[in-house]
Amino acid sequence: MTLFGRRVPAMASLIFWGVLWEIVGRTGIIFILPPLSDVLVAAVDLVRQPSWQDATVTTLRAFLIGMALAIGFGIPLGILMGRVRIADELLGMWVNIFSSAPLSALVPVLMILFGFGERTIVAAVFLFAIWIIVLDTRAGVRHIAPSLIEMARSYGASRPALYGKVILLAALPEILAGIRLGLIRGVKGVVIGQLLVSIVGYGALFETFSRNFRMSQFWALTIILFGFALLVAALIERAEARIDYYAGARE
Amino acid sequence: MRPATREKLHSLPVDDTIVAVRGVDKSYGSTEALRGIELDFPRGRLTSLLGPSGCGKTTLLKIVAGLLDADKGTVMVDGKAVSGPGPERAFVFQDFALLPWATVLRNVAFGLELRGVPRGERDETARRYVAEVGLSGFEQKYPHELSGGMRQRVGLARALCVDADVLLLDEPFSAVDEQNRRKFQEDLIRLRNTQNKTFIFVTHSIEEAVYISDRIVLLSPRPGRVSQIIEPAIDRSGDPERIRRDRHYLDTVEEIWQGLKQYVD
Repeated sequence: MTLFGRRVPAMASLIFWGVLWEIVGRTGIIFILPPLSDVLVAAVDLVRQPSWQDATVTTLRAFLIGMALAIGFGIPLGILMGRVRIADELLGMWVNIFSSAPLSALVPVLMILFGFGERTIVAAVFLFAIWIIVLDTRAGVRHIAPSLIEMARSYGASRPALYGKVILLAALPEILAGIRLGLIRGVKGVVIGQLLVSIVGYGALFETFSRNFRMSQFWALTIILFGFALLVAALIERAEARIDYYAGARE
Repeated sequence: MRPATREKLHSLPVDDTIVAVRGVDKSYGSTEALRGIELDFPRGRLTSLLGPSGCGKTTLLKIVAGLLDADKGTVMVDGKAVSGPGPERAFVFQDFALLPWATVLRNVAFGLELRGVPRGERDETARRYVAEVGLSGFEQKYPHELSGGMRQRVGLARALCVDADVLLLDEPFSAVDEQNRRKFQEDLIRLRNTQNKTFIFVTHSIEEAVYISDRIVLLSPRPGRVSQIIEPAIDRSGDPERIRRDRHYLDTVEEIWQGLKQYVD
């Protein structure tokens, strides 16, 4: 970005909005928006509290289990759809609907199915994350040059070798992109799930803070969550960059 | 030297035939790709399948490879009917088909890896063939670090590495630049002399076919049929550069061109 002919560093906009937040907060016009400095103080205070630490453990555990399930089911399903036409025709429509549907509406149904506890949160993470993983894996498998598969066949690859040594690795860049997007959606899933269940983990904290108008803590928790989502995405992006050195050259 | 001679089908003794194609038909939907193909490929020779695009030459090669099924007819390799890919045949792909995430050495050894040959043994064999195709020193490079010509050398080394009797090459030099292609053709003549293998070579280049082949099978398009078999009588023992100025070479190229002209759209 340039401003008055000068280059402005990328972090500048963040600082601009931070300062604006601080000013608006100090005027006290909007009661839900305390000054940013108060929020940061609250954040430091928050991470010291056992209630936050317990909530974080609960949240992380639900997130990781849900993601593991989404990846564990999503990749095989995507490969199946990429390779077997009939599976693609049977499942393609549903995967596309679910990947773009407002899944939050289904969380109450999950509550009926799995009860008001961690299982519902895990199910929400799974439901939010899996579809994009399936779609990207499918796209990756479809994108493999037919000659690579013919090569494996002509040199006598068994079925497990064909999938394990060729197809999975050839589709890896797209699979990782799917996992990255899936993780971001999974964060949404864990937050929405906990908010709707509202007695578990961060959901319970959010509920307490907003009901008691403890806005600085409320915003502190929000910022921590955003930070976590960005951190997860950045980590996967780094892994992708390492894979990309051949992905870019595979044409 | 004798002038280029034409011969009839089945003129060679049967026990000299390694690959026999019998009455092969193949259609894609309503498009007839091959009709009634009868061919014998002599052992230890280099036979080219030559023809304009759409004559089904690659289809025929893939049927011989066992990568495609014929609608009718059979392919026999060493007297046994082909029902799929087999260890006695190795394929070289037009677009190289290398694993982009694997080094040159692992790519070359991949056929052996799939057969369960232990790591040390297959790497040793692979090193030998990497050297054979002139890529020593590039064992630890990745395909994207190589030129097109070098990539196809990897593809060729991979095919040699599994020690198949029949090498099937599908327009292997079409994605390689002209200088490299010429060098490649010379190397192929040398390999044919030293490796004691049967080569079946698909190309659409008349010059290439005449330059390298013991035998040229001309296919005519729509549907693909064998129209003529030519054995160019060219002495390839001397300097490979000289062949391109050889009168028989030039005459054969001209003769094939006259025959194929009618199929040019």
